[in-house]
Amino acid sequence: MKNWLLTASLLTVPLISPAWEFRGEVALEGRYFTQDSPYPQADYSTNGSGYIKPEVFHEWNNRDDLFTFIPYVRVDEHDSERTHWDIRELSWIHVGNGWESRVGIRKVFWGVTEGRHLVDIINQTDQVDQVDGEEKLGQPMINLSTVRDWGIVDVFVLPGFRERTYAGEEGRPRTPLPVSDNAQYESSKENQRVDFAIRYQQYFDNGLELALSHFSGTSRDPLLVPDSLTLAELQALIASGQLPSGSDPEFTPLYNVIDQTGLELQYLNSGWLWKLEAISRSGQGERFNAVDGGFEFTQVGLFDTATDLGWIVEYIWEDREDSLASPLASDVLLGTRFTFNDVASTEILAGIIYDTQDEEKAISLESSRRFGNSLKASLEARFYTDTGKPQSASALYRDVLRNVNSNPGLGPISRSDFVQAELVYYF
Amino acid sequence: MNARLLPAALLMALATPAVLAQTPEEKGLEIAREADSRGEGFGDFQADMKMVLISKSGQTSDRELRVKTLEGTGEEEGDKSLTIFDTPRDVRGTAMLTFSYKTRDDDQWLYLPALRRVKTIASRNKSGPFMGSEFSFEDMRGQEVEKYTYKYLRDEACGELTCFVVERYPQDENSGYTRQVSWIDQQEYRTWKVDYYDRKESLLKTLTASDFSQYKDKYWQPGKMSMVNHQTGKSTDLFWSNYRYDTGLSESDFNKNSLKRAR
Repeated sequence: MKNWLLTASLLTVPLISPAWEFRGEVALEGRYFTQDSPYPQADYSTNGSGYIKPEVFHEWNNRDDLFTFIPYVRVDEHDSERTHWDIRELSWIHVGNGWESRVGIRKVFWGVTEGRHLVDIINQTDQVDQVDGEEKLGQPMINLSTVRDWGIVDVFVLPGFRERTYAGEEGRPRTPLPVSDNAQYESSKENQRVDFAIRYQQYFDNGLELALSHFSGTSRDPLLVPDSLTLAELQALIASGQLPSGSDPEFTPLYNVIDQTGLELQYLNSGWLWKLEAISRSGQGERFNAVDGGFEFTQVGLFDTATDLGWIVEYIWEDREDSLASPLASDVLLGTRFTFNDVASTEILAGIIYDTQDEEKAISLESSRRFGNSLKASLEARFYTDTGKPQSASALYRDVLRNVNSNPGLGPISRSDFVQAELVYYF
Repeated sequence: MNARLLPAALLMALATPAVLAQTPEEKGLEIAREADSRGEGFGDFQADMKMVLISKSGQTSDRELRVKTLEGTGEEEGDKSLTIFDTPRDVRGTAMLTFSYKTRDDDQWLYLPALRRVKTIASRNKSGPFMGSEFSFEDMRGQEVEKYTYKYLRDEACGELTCFVVERYPQDENSGYTRQVSWIDQQEYRTWKVDYYDRKESLLKTLTASDFSQYKDKYWQPGKMSMVNHQTGKSTDLFWSNYRYDTGLSESDFNKNSLKRAR
């Protein structure tokens, strides 16, 4: 954390104007796991957790300067890794004529699809915080953005790298082996390397939106390399979910230096929102490509009520031919969203990701509603299925690695189906 | 002219003496154009809005938002607007950017602050409720003259004023209405009341505007708008305040970059 705090301290914020705003959210979460844990260290079926996320804003210079500070702390009952803190944002935005600079720790999202955020690469995933990968760690950056008639260009200088967070041995869901704190880097500068990114986006008034991006730097997705794991240990691990006593192997995250070019396309035509994200990445084994494409369509006013029913269909494909990853990923996402458009903003979202290669399914159900003005409650369920066990030793070996490295949502968290209730209070 | 109106126009032509130079359709359009032109040239404005949602049993729920609008200048372009949501608190910081057009669907983007994500709104949702209120998305959007055809019905007293009663027909096939009957005063061309008829031709809602104030010696804005849903018994009161004109807004305040830092 040292290097990004250093970047943050470069910020000088005049503390003169009284226009400060303080707000935030605090939440409590309870989980019930419907299956027994295969790991003795994580042998529990209920877990409590909570977080607090205060937000401080300050504007001055006729709103041309904006300061934001958002720290984040989560406490978890069982998993010491999930008990963690972060600075989600500590930034200064300055708006000029046709350009703006954004300096400090920030979060940036790129992309249009729902299934996999292939193009999104600026921030590291806070994997231990949320299994859906939507939660991100703050990234130190200097970002210049220019707005012209022909589009918006963003240039990023990214000093300091954030390692992905993983559940600990007591965590549910967790990786089959614990993930080591001693990450390996391809760059000799390790986590001090300065990364670069650029993105061009344009919107055309015929409903077409386009973005092209390139990232050059340390990969946000590490390859998890199992160290000192014999085939016997691996087979024991797969068969029983436990290692023979006495063996204590770990996954070591390996962060390669990569170049990734990304394309985002979106086309809106009479209520159909067509989406495509594609990437080509080199530096992590052989160059590979991945595509996520599909559509979103909303049926308005279902059965003459105020309820809308949205459909999301996407196909996800990846031609990664790395020995440490899958030969081919080919997933289908089907999602439906009921929006009741009521006073409480009630929503139900159901999604299934189906892996066409080995017929694994990840099912998620989310629903939320508001109580009063400041309270929001949500219920969430996540279920995973996998059919049959792989046959040969090599298939076993590939399976565990593939699951960890290119399909993080599925295999490794099998036997960690859960139902979750969360209550968020906004202050 | 809309094909649907043609038989009505023919009937009118047959039934009225030739001395009547203007058809009801022409007069309706003229009134709509006049009302529109009286709102033209405002440049830009900002205002605060509070919505009070009232259930059938009288329970209330509040929503607060702020609106920034820049007047459109081009032939096809309508106004650009930025809506920032302040309450309920779980949607705080959410912002909506709208580019309206005279003859086609608006372009709309929603900024979701928790995800730092800008999402395109697939804009077929016209009849759906805006934030759970009795105002639908199409009620909240720019009322461009070209989006309707018109028919003048009659003159009628409205309070101390005399109003034109004009019927208008949405051109958009995704509209939730077959027709709207509006009461527009003959002095200042302010809309005081609108009856909305649903797709089954039954009276759905009534909008009543009141507490008008004049800004820049020209532009009239209502301080209160009440929408009553006759079919559900629910209603929404919308209160406008803090109207400011000439606030120095420009094109650069209405793009995806400014949407992401809208506060």
